[in-house]
Amino acid sequence: MKLVSYFFILSLITLFLVIANLLFGAVSVPLDSIVDAFWDHTNPNHFTIHEYRFPRIIIALLVGAMMALAGALVQGVIRNPLASPDILGVSHGAGLAAVIYMTFFPDAAIEWLPLVALLGSFLAAIILWRLCGQHSTTVKLAITGVALAALYASCVDFLMLVKPLEINNALLWLTGSLWGRGWTQLSLLLPWLVLIPAALWLAKPLNLIHLGDEHATSLGTHTNTVRLAALAIAVGLTASCVAICGPIGFLGLVAPHLTRKLVGGRHQALLPATMLVGAILLLLADLAARTIDPPIELPAGIMTAIIGAPYFLWLLLRSK
Amino acid sequence: MSLSTQQLSVGYHQKAIVKHIDLNLPEGKIIALLGPNGCGKSTLLKALARLLTPMQGEVQWQGKALHKIPSKQLARQIALLPQTQPIPEGIKVKDLVAYGRSPYTGFWGRTNQADQEIIHQVMQETGISELAEQLVSELSGGQRQRVWLAMTLAQDTPYLLLDEPTTYMDLNHQVELMHLLRRLNQQGKTIITVLHDINQAARYCDHLIVMKEGHIIQQGLPTDVLTRELLKSVFSLEAQIHQDPIAKTPMCVVE
Repeated sequence: MKLVSYFFILSLITLFLVIANLLFGAVSVPLDSIVDAFWDHTNPNHFTIHEYRFPRIIIALLVGAMMALAGALVQGVIRNPLASPDILGVSHGAGLAAVIYMTFFPDAAIEWLPLVALLGSFLAAIILWRLCGQHSTTVKLAITGVALAALYASCVDFLMLVKPLEINNALLWLTGSLWGRGWTQLSLLLPWLVLIPAALWLAKPLNLIHLGDEHATSLGTHTNTVRLAALAIAVGLTASCVAICGPIGFLGLVAPHLTRKLVGGRHQALLPATMLVGAILLLLADLAARTIDPPIELPAGIMTAIIGAPYFLWLLLRSK
Repeated sequence: MSLSTQQLSVGYHQKAIVKHIDLNLPEGKIIALLGPNGCGKSTLLKALARLLTPMQGEVQWQGKALHKIPSKQLARQIALLPQTQPIPEGIKVKDLVAYGRSPYTGFWGRTNQADQEIIHQVMQETGISELAEQLVSELSGGQRQRVWLAMTLAQDTPYLLLDEPTTYMDLNHQVELMHLLRRLNQQGKTIITVLHDINQAARYCDHLIVMKEGHIIQQGLPTDVLTRELLKSVFSLEAQIHQDPIAKTPMCVVE
């Protein structure tokens, strides 16, 4: 199938899921009143659509796309489908930093959260790098990353036991959920969108890095610069998403891998396509999480883990 | 003397494998680097392709140190086919060959008409035109080696460096490759290749460089370089030198 048709179909699915997410939930909104409900303040569904579902859908779109993009960058640089920011512990590093911040500075402004998360994820990346060294195998990286992620998660548990009152806020946020995310969170996410064109700028050198350092250098690529830039962008994307939704597991792992099967390994196609696939997966996860047993909501992160964890195991077993 | 080395020492982990080499690589020739395993021939080749940073001395391109030349500009002058190739996932043959045009394309890697013509031509030259739509990961080893060669040729450089290009090939493909190198040389390319097979080198190359323990022992025309004494001292081999009945080049026959 032609590349264009893949993009067309993926965009169509995305659009379909956006509409489905607007329609369904604890309250069903009829299709023909959606536009009216968005603009008209007197419409009975105005609050549901305008304040609740619409910003949440945009956040799901962006977070899904950004997490998938971060995963594709990391997989491109490390040259292994097992790698992704959550497997490497970067997401949970961001999560831990954010929980510490919320626990000890409960009155501090939410605006700082993305930067705190960024600090946490950079620290997590550096710790992993120091532990494994530059030339370690990807399996070693993955196992160390998973262990570190578990360590960060248990630090969060510890804080929850010691500071049960302060942590209440954090708990809601930590499960990797889109619940209660609205215009405020969306506005926090927007500045980070500049990382998307920055990532796309790396498509060509990432192709060459995929051929190994000898070919990449011989073709005129500064391999270390590209690697560093790609990882820094991936860490930034992850941190900004975690700051808004908490760690949503396996999205950065599964989306790029699925996309590679669809459109191949050229990053000019892979990077944009994986953003669509990531958005689709998170929209789907959130739709399921909201509609399985309304009005009770499951965190979307649990839905992605249900699909993602077996997928990860399958990949791990398959890689010799 | 476009490519040369000055007092070049290079190696791995602070250990020099190539030691204080002064070398001028003659332009417009097919040059073979020969020597026993561990003599430093591959290391020297990698230094010429700026994959390794010199510990001492430098490699010069037209009198200028390699690391002072912008890497994209250098990539239009010197191309390298390493000894082992990775198996990229989800990449079609035509896309891989097109990657060879990277030093010429813009940031998004889009190829123009001229690029496409070169890609088409090198795929014909290497006999992989009919594989264009296949995935590189689904090819046989010999086919894959030719695809990588095509990518390197698409780089369209006056200098072509190859590290034991015939090692994993069937004999007929080895011969094909050496003939292709000849044709490329006649089109004006300077070719520098590490070879394992002394007779192959003597038959197809204009200039042999023989190395041992990081030093250059002997270099020049095959007829001048290949002697009983050299084979004995470098390869510890008792052999006679005869004339190849077809190519009239020297040929060593082990006693």
